[in-house]
Amino acid sequence: MNAPLLQVSGLTKNYGSTPACNDISFALHPGEVIAIVGESGSGKSTLLRCISGQMEPSSGAVAYTHADGRVTDLFAASEAERRNLMRKDWGFVHQDARDGLRMGVSAGANIGESLMAVGSRHYGKIRASAEDWLSRVEIAASRIDDSPWSYSGGMRQRLQIARNLVTAPRLVFMDEPTGGLDVSVQARLLDLIRGLVRNMKLAAVVVTHDLAVARLLSSRMMVMQNGRVVETGLTDQVLEDPQAPYTQLLVASVLQA
Amino acid sequence: MSGPAYNFAYLNEQTKKMVRRAILKAVAIPGYQVPFASRELPMPYGWGTGGVQVTAAILTPDDTLKVIDQGADDTTNAVSIRSFFSKVAGVETTEDTDSASIIQTRHRIPETPLREDQILVYQVPIPEPLRFLEPRETETRKMHALEEYGIMHVKLYEDIAQHGEIATSYAYPAKVNGRYVFDPSPIPKFDNPKLDNSPALQLFGAGREKRIYAVPPYTAVKSLDFEDHPFSVSGWDKPCAICGSTTSYLDEVVIDDQGGRMFVCSDTDYCKKRRPA
Repeated sequence: MNAPLLQVSGLTKNYGSTPACNDISFALHPGEVIAIVGESGSGKSTLLRCISGQMEPSSGAVAYTHADGRVTDLFAASEAERRNLMRKDWGFVHQDARDGLRMGVSAGANIGESLMAVGSRHYGKIRASAEDWLSRVEIAASRIDDSPWSYSGGMRQRLQIARNLVTAPRLVFMDEPTGGLDVSVQARLLDLIRGLVRNMKLAAVVVTHDLAVARLLSSRMMVMQNGRVVETGLTDQVLEDPQAPYTQLLVASVLQA
Repeated sequence: MSGPAYNFAYLNEQTKKMVRRAILKAVAIPGYQVPFASRELPMPYGWGTGGVQVTAAILTPDDTLKVIDQGADDTTNAVSIRSFFSKVAGVETTEDTDSASIIQTRHRIPETPLREDQILVYQVPIPEPLRFLEPRETETRKMHALEEYGIMHVKLYEDIAQHGEIATSYAYPAKVNGRYVFDPSPIPKFDNPKLDNSPALQLFGAGREKRIYAVPPYTAVKSLDFEDHPFSVSGWDKPCAICGSTTSYLDEVVIDDQGGRMFVCSDTDYCKKRRPA
């Protein structure tokens, strides 16, 4: 097997004396989707912020392997290098699309900004990619010059995904990508994300409290409780035959329609 | 009480020294916004307090000062600042671009080409070109430091998407010396080409925002654009109604209540000299 895309080792993050993540290690391989599930306050969002370079952990390391085989230690690297990585190789999908979009400018500019940030300076080409990506996330091209304020919640989330994927990243972090949307919109969005991730051979880390999201998107999952990983394994295996008491509780507490 | 009521050029020597230090740093790093301890002045923010402090710091008794506002020498702001300096510094003032050694300006660069022995001082309201899209100062500083300027093009993209062309017509962002993107104050983009490779030293002072920046003489200033929408300036169909100039920046003036209009040079000194005697 290839070298892991992302190698997390011994990651610990304390807020003062409160531990949020405790000694977490895992590896993510190219093209693999891993889900991190757990209840509110279990440390999953803190973990995501640390491994995506937005927050420095108290201890531990995150190593990223570039397409050319070079390895960057995320927190030993300069901030310039880290931000460059976030622009070029990574994407981050926020739970609330308003955090991930620039609400003051049009949808086209939102997609275009990612391209302009990596040096694209040809209006016609930027516009064409923006149109292409709008159609790939099932938004009518005629809405390209509209403000994201005029979009529905589901459309905003799809726009945010387009903005993240237009630069063809290798790794995408998603924080509750379907949170706050109604179920029918959720299903469509999940379908879309699954298709895009498979077609683009993206690796992804998906944080969610929704086991259905984990089952649909991920091949592997990690269950967190109180800042620790209590169970990890293939998604189907963990959901069908949960070993840890907490995971059993989690699986049993899913409402059956 | 004896002696003059004010120190030369109003500001005390310590303050002028502080402003000069900021200016030196600004000249050393073209386009970089240097923070400085902006002082209270006997005029409100928005009247050019940044420009006045820069002018006060570089003024010598031998200087000849010209002040323009929207290109004109005879508007309230220009007249007030000129009389301010003739009162507190006793320097000679002029309306003639050629005989001025320091020109403080708001909104225009004179039509008459500037020389190496002249300094142009701009009054700047908002020095940060990235402010339109990024309200956080900590973030914009980081963006300048790391040369993350992709966001500047988002504004230009929006212009083309909404108006079919780059509709930004003043405060048009430009890159200085291939490094810092800066806001050349609210001059019309018509004047942007004059920033490039100018023989005169250009100093920018923002009083309320407490920033000074500079374009040293003979420094490259490139206006931002797209490959397929290159930077261009618009012209006028008609020449100046007074002097007949076809190359200067024209103001539209309403002349009656019947919808009558005329277009005249905004640079009053230039227009006056060209007028047939």
